[in-house]
Amino acid sequence: MSTTTKLDLASPAPAKASPAKPRRGLWGSRTFNFWLFAAPFLIGLIVFIYVPIGWSIYLSFFDARFTVTPDKFIGLENYTYMLTDPKFVGSLGTFTVFAAFIVPTTWALSLSLALLVNRLKFMRAFFRSVFFLPTACSYVAASLIWKMSLFSGVRFGLANTVIGWFGIDNIAWLISPNPPWYWLVIVTARLWLQSGFYMILFIAALQNIPEELYEAAAIDGAKRGWQTFRHITLPQLRATSTAVVLLLLIAAYQAFDEFFNLLDKTTWGRPPLVELYYTALGTEQDYGAGSAGAVILTVLIIIVTLLQGKILGFGRGDESK
Amino acid sequence: MGNTGLYIATGVAAFFFLIPFYVLLRNALSTDPQITGEHWEFFPTNLQWGNVKELFDDPQVDFAQSLWNSTVVAVAMTVGILLVCSLAGYALARIPYKHANKIFYVVLGTLMVPTSVTFVPSFVLVSSLGWVDTYRGLIIPGLFSGFTCFLFRQYFLGFPKELEEAARVDGLGYWGAYWRVVVPNSLNFFAAIATITFINAWNAFLWPLVIGQDPGAWTVQVVLSSYMTNQTVVFHTIFMATAISILPLLFVFLFLQRWLVQGIAQTGIKG
Repeated sequence: MSTTTKLDLASPAPAKASPAKPRRGLWGSRTFNFWLFAAPFLIGLIVFIYVPIGWSIYLSFFDARFTVTPDKFIGLENYTYMLTDPKFVGSLGTFTVFAAFIVPTTWALSLSLALLVNRLKFMRAFFRSVFFLPTACSYVAASLIWKMSLFSGVRFGLANTVIGWFGIDNIAWLISPNPPWYWLVIVTARLWLQSGFYMILFIAALQNIPEELYEAAAIDGAKRGWQTFRHITLPQLRATSTAVVLLLLIAAYQAFDEFFNLLDKTTWGRPPLVELYYTALGTEQDYGAGSAGAVILTVLIIIVTLLQGKILGFGRGDESK
Repeated sequence: MGNTGLYIATGVAAFFFLIPFYVLLRNALSTDPQITGEHWEFFPTNLQWGNVKELFDDPQVDFAQSLWNSTVVAVAMTVGILLVCSLAGYALARIPYKHANKIFYVVLGTLMVPTSVTFVPSFVLVSSLGWVDTYRGLIIPGLFSGFTCFLFRQYFLGFPKELEEAARVDGLGYWGAYWRVVVPNSLNFFAAIATITFINAWNAFLWPLVIGQDPGAWTVQVVLSSYMTNQTVVFHTIFMATAISILPLLFVFLFLQRWLVQGIAQTGIKG
């Protein structure tokens, strides 16, 4: 795509005329108007999204330590370096473990909250707000509360205070990967932050289930509860559930804030973006390897997105024409 | 599950969801000896409102500056994204142009790549423009959200054509009709996107961390993060700072929750 496409001002408006009389001259020209509306966005998109991606592909073939205008071409060395770097490959493993924890738990918790809130008759708005409130908080703020108080490894951390009441010794939640207590800290923080958001999606979906389905089931003798949940609610929520799982996966892939802040300066428990941050912007300033890593992560997520398109049929149903 | 059981279950869940807020407020209004004391003090009696002044008087960290930075960035990003993305979304939805389809694919292509994944290349570009430590660097690269443009396009596809045609009969061109008819009739949707954008911009961390090399350019989130790595820890100021950083969002949240919920339900985007 080129931004210098000539404005075709002289050409007449396409044959499909609107019922109203179009304005004449420049301001009536559709081509001019299209670019008037879309040009700022498209130029920005190219300069700030496409150019960096292109530049980064270029950098990934060079030895670009401490420089962004390198001259030493090294072919695929950055790629082989990243793909054999135990830290980078390990970060993909960290993502996998994280996703295995956070996706099912968030799905289950947000669906449960939606089912509860949806059945409330009094104080429904209040409870919905309580569960939704953490959505307004930042991952950094939550990390701080979790690290400095809730799961502080010292005696006066809330978790250690509570287990202390039962005579259990203090646990160093975040200091050591053995045993990996840090997962509990990271997963609970993200659960708290994001479940309310997905609860809203589930509530909207629950309210779209036609009441007649439950009435018909009642006539057939199904009892409200597990039976109707299993055979009506859950199947009716399939589309939302699939979307939620994919959104959760993509969000987990981009995890940075809480890992960076909770596991400060550790060499373990680094998801891909944190690893990339230290490669490109740490003491090494290796933009070549960092760019190669970014390209690898981008390719991976594009593959996932395309698979998701296959599953969800995203992009079809384009109702514009 | 009976009604009582329902309320007990919901109440227990709500209790757990409120614990972090309780801890935050308790610590923000306590003294350090109270926070680190032998026994957990549930409700400190003499609330330390002086902690606010102490936080803003701290010569080590210019917290007021970071609040200002976050405000400028979040407001500018909200206004900018709404403006740039809505115009483009409208063009793609409603202005017939022979290459519109190809251009739409250029936009769709960016949807597959989350911007956070490409922070290294973006940083390379922004630093060679000399925008490190500037508002420009914090704001402008984030304005061109393919996803927001896509959402506006989808929304405008469903906008009633009759309203625009009436405007056209009145002699308005696309530009006039957009500002006098389309936008005033779409305020609900704009409010929903604005709320979500503002929250995201205020809470953003990775990009401000990368761009803010000098403490004067730090947003609130970067300052909070720096507290966690400081050698000396003053608990009550740290928690007061966190509480204050959340406060504007709670206001946005309480007053705009309707639009927020609507926006999320309609679009499925993250707030």
